[in-house]
Amino acid sequence: MFDFLDSGQYDLLGAFWVTVRLTVYSAIGSLIWGTLLAGMRVGPIPLMRAFGTGYVNVVRNTPLTIVVVGCSLGLHQTLQITFGGGDSADIGFRMAVLGLVAYTGTFVCEALRSGINTVPMGQAEAARALGLGFFQVLTLIILPQAFRSVVAPLANVLIALTKNTTVASAIGVAEASLLMKEMIENEANALFAIFAVVAFGFMVLTLPTGLLLGWVAKRVAVKR
Amino acid sequence: MTSVLYDAPGPKAKRRNIVYSVVFLLAFALVAWWVLSAMADKDQLAAEKWSPFVSDSRVWTTFLLPGLWETVKAAAFAVVIALPLGAVLGIGRLSDHAWVRVPAGAVVEFFRAIPVLLLMVFANQAFALFTDIESEIRPMYAVITGLVLYNASVIAEIVRAGILSLPNGQTDAAKAIGMRKGQTMTHVLLPQAVTAMLPALVSQLVVIVKDTALGGMVLGYGELAYQARTITANYGANIIATLTVIALIYILLNSALTRLASWLEQRVRQGKKGSGTVVAIEEIDTGVGSKV
Repeated sequence: MFDFLDSGQYDLLGAFWVTVRLTVYSAIGSLIWGTLLAGMRVGPIPLMRAFGTGYVNVVRNTPLTIVVVGCSLGLHQTLQITFGGGDSADIGFRMAVLGLVAYTGTFVCEALRSGINTVPMGQAEAARALGLGFFQVLTLIILPQAFRSVVAPLANVLIALTKNTTVASAIGVAEASLLMKEMIENEANALFAIFAVVAFGFMVLTLPTGLLLGWVAKRVAVKR
Repeated sequence: MTSVLYDAPGPKAKRRNIVYSVVFLLAFALVAWWVLSAMADKDQLAAEKWSPFVSDSRVWTTFLLPGLWETVKAAAFAVVIALPLGAVLGIGRLSDHAWVRVPAGAVVEFFRAIPVLLLMVFANQAFALFTDIESEIRPMYAVITGLVLYNASVIAEIVRAGILSLPNGQTDAAKAIGMRKGQTMTHVLLPQAVTAMLPALVSQLVVIVKDTALGGMVLGYGELAYQARTITANYGANIIATLTVIALIYILLNSALTRLASWLEQRVRQGKKGSGTVVAIEEIDTGVGSKV
């Protein structure tokens, strides 16, 4: 029943490795981008606030599929923007990461913003009383505490990101779900086995992440 | 609330803010100019790439509106089927009997842990092998099946959170007047939980609408996102214009749903009737990233 695994025709581990790489790069990128967006949204400069709010509302309501396909068909194939060339697999991978970062960053931003709201007002007031400017208040006082309280929501964003990497198959990135589609079409009699194996692979990626980060969240949460 | 992070700007800070604004505007303009000039280079700003969307009503009547209809249809079917399934699973997870609770929990956790695309691809192939659904409408069945399986488990969690959000006194009072467990659930807890979870359910609709796009791009279901292909095939290589218009339609639809959800949440919070508890939209969307 599982003999499709031994045929050597399908690189299942390789496909999941692409999924993992997509997840890791996008996670780092969207953490940075989301933090920047959150900083803009709570900052004193109206123009940046407006940009942050507008960006989040627009991108969050766009399907990820459209964002990723737009990066691939629009930026790459039409405008020939490739961010450093390479073969089409490299470019496709990069476009998928770009789309995932642009999309997931908005959810990181919203999670962080709700984390900022959990920090008691007295913290920022004390910091301002000491004469710290906005940037210092944010980076030295507020964000370190906010991050500790949003580990659990960010873990959920990370899990969702892991699952969302499958959208990259829409632009032909050779990750796990694309391989599954290919295998299913070639080995129709092993349909259930193939689905079980790929689903198991995703559970191996998502469930431990949730458990581990849930434990971390409890450890680092600020006791108030 | 957030203005607590900085002092009211004095004359110096005002000047500095203007400098920052100008720098930000310049950076933004630079990126915009780079993209626009790249578009101009490849002829993407030419009027004939964009004009069909304003001047040619056939773009709307043959492609966009039917696509939007398919999107709404799939989302509506998915939510109508997923709601009762999710309610059963959610209540099952709260059961006193382990033989109900454990399987319900396992089903919910399984379908939340795997990507919805996997479910759609699997359903598509399963329908092809085991049923005689015609190949033109098979993607629709596959998309709806995938969405139902995934969202039933998400709705199960919303229902569970909704019931758990009610004060203990409700169950205690029901017990005190001699109601059985089933009666307590159907007569006391569920009616109140429904109002508490309504906002979260509406915002889950946004996720469903967004996920239908996946079915179009990967399985070829003829919904809104899929129309990008047919439009560019018929109106010249105007993929950027087409995707922009399609994205705008999604944004309008989803913004309306989001606004409805937060309006409902506010109403439920302030309402005099009911328990006044509400399943916060934010709280639920952190449930294994259902909203992302």
